Amino acid sequence: MDTCIVSSPTKVTLENVSVSFPIYHGGSRSLKKSLLFRGTGGHLASDASHRITVEALRNISLQFHAGDRVALIGSNGAGKTTLLRVIAGIYEPTAGTATTCGRISPMFDIGLGIDGEISGYENIRLRALILGLSADEIEERMADIAEFTELGDFLDIPVRTYSTGMLTRLTFAVATCFSPEILLMDEWIVAGDAAFLAKAQHRVKSFIQDASILVLASHSLDISRKWCNKAIWIERGEVKMSGDIENVLAEFTTGV
Amino acid sequence: MATLVKQYTKAFRHRELVTYGGSGGAFQRAMTDLSSGLALWPLWGRLGWYDILQRYRRSILGPFWLTASMAIMVMGLGVLYAGLFNTAIHDFLPFLCVGLLTWNFISSFLTEGGTLFTGAESHIKQIRVPYSVYVYRSSWSKLIIFAHNFVIYVGVLIYFRNWPGAVAFLAIPGLLLVLFNGALVSLYIGMLSARFRDVPQVINSVVQIIFFMTPIMWKPELLKTRTYISDFNPFFHLLEIVRAPLLGNLPTMGNYLVVLLITSLNVVVVGAFFTRFRPRISYWV
Repeated sequence: MDTCIVSSPTKVTLENVSVSFPIYHGGSRSLKKSLLFRGTGGHLASDASHRITVEALRNISLQFHAGDRVALIGSNGAGKTTLLRVIAGIYEPTAGTATTCGRISPMFDIGLGIDGEISGYENIRLRALILGLSADEIEERMADIAEFTELGDFLDIPVRTYSTGMLTRLTFAVATCFSPEILLMDEWIVAGDAAFLAKAQHRVKSFIQDASILVLASHSLDISRKWCNKAIWIERGEVKMSGDIENVLAEFTTGV
Repeated sequence: MATLVKQYTKAFRHRELVTYGGSGGAFQRAMTDLSSGLALWPLWGRLGWYDILQRYRRSILGPFWLTASMAIMVMGLGVLYAGLFNTAIHDFLPFLCVGLLTWNFISSFLTEGGTLFTGAESHIKQIRVPYSVYVYRSSWSKLIIFAHNFVIYVGVLIYFRNWPGAVAFLAIPGLLLVLFNGALVSLYIGMLSARFRDVPQVINSVVQIIFFMTPIMWKPELLKTRTYISDFNPFFHLLEIVRAPLLGNLPTMGNYLVVLLITSLNVVVVGAFFTRFRPRISYWV
């Protein structure tokens, strides 16, 4: 295994990673089987103790290097978000190894760590703490963050008065304030207005060139094309195709 | 924009993250979780404090509602039960007061342990933070609540003018032992409840029975020859190592021995459980 020290290049490596979810809810097996098999992309199986499991990811091996902007595409339930969570270290694989080298900044949900009753500034502090910044580092970056959010005096009042767009800006500003090396995004980012999207894209580009990796799970082929240079097509928890964005998207659109 | 892309300074010394399937190095990984979680005290300190503030936001008394409602309960029950049991109020009320404060502290670990992880689902599913952070956060907020309630004890002391003397300081190690056990048990209950959603319901009903079976509302002397009821009750011993010193008495050697036994049992059981099932928590919530 490669070592990962301060000067090592940013990298994401998955080796034969599998993730399976046990299903604990009631209902007969046959019913679950018929519903889930038709509905989602995961495979149903039963483990050693005869519990039913959904194999959300099966034997995924891939490698991302610095400068990669990767779009994860695939139908609903194909395993895109699960894969993001494995890279983020949230789901530890049930088999295989996931190795990352670089500061990770996940942006899956704008609601994370947002307390509606405290001010924008306080929320920035809280969120930055969750992301692993120290109190000093937060204060150091506070001006940058405030500037990016364009919220001005709104930062002094409780966040529950904010619109979704304002929250998105706040989240994005905090998540990117320490120039993350591995930025993981779910498609909610698409919800921002056009001006914000352009600004966000500019910001992401500026540090991707700084030797970072972006992984974006998205349904929108337009967004994928705009943001990414590589794509991975996931179907039923397996990598169906990977490579240059245009090739994968072309195959994807004819395949679906 | 140049300033935005600052060079990385102190944070994220550990850029490497390796996760893998199987049980290799599980103990090491569990210990790392506990220690790296502890180092994140600015995070759990703030989260724990916000948890309390959130409940009393926009109320005038704020967190002192905790104190106020506890004071009302102590006064009401104290006067009523002192009458019912025909005991002197200056003797019974401080006993009830300290007993209730301590019991509240102990039982909150049991009753709120169930939501330790399920309540933090939005965090757990969004970002990797050591799981122990959630344990420290809830333990910290319980300690803050205890501190708020402690004001009542001071008030009772002043009113009845019965000073416990230097022995009261023995309550500090007692409280720390209770805190440590509480943190362990809430970790255990939190994991168990994430997996089996019936657990919190079971615990809630059991805790109520324990409350009546433990000498809190009644004095242990009332048991007369049936002392086994308190002797075999682990909660009695946990209670005593805090309550007795605060009332000016020395806890017995037996109290300490039982608590130490409980503590070591807890360490082994919770340690093994956490080692084995820590990676599953995010799958369960």
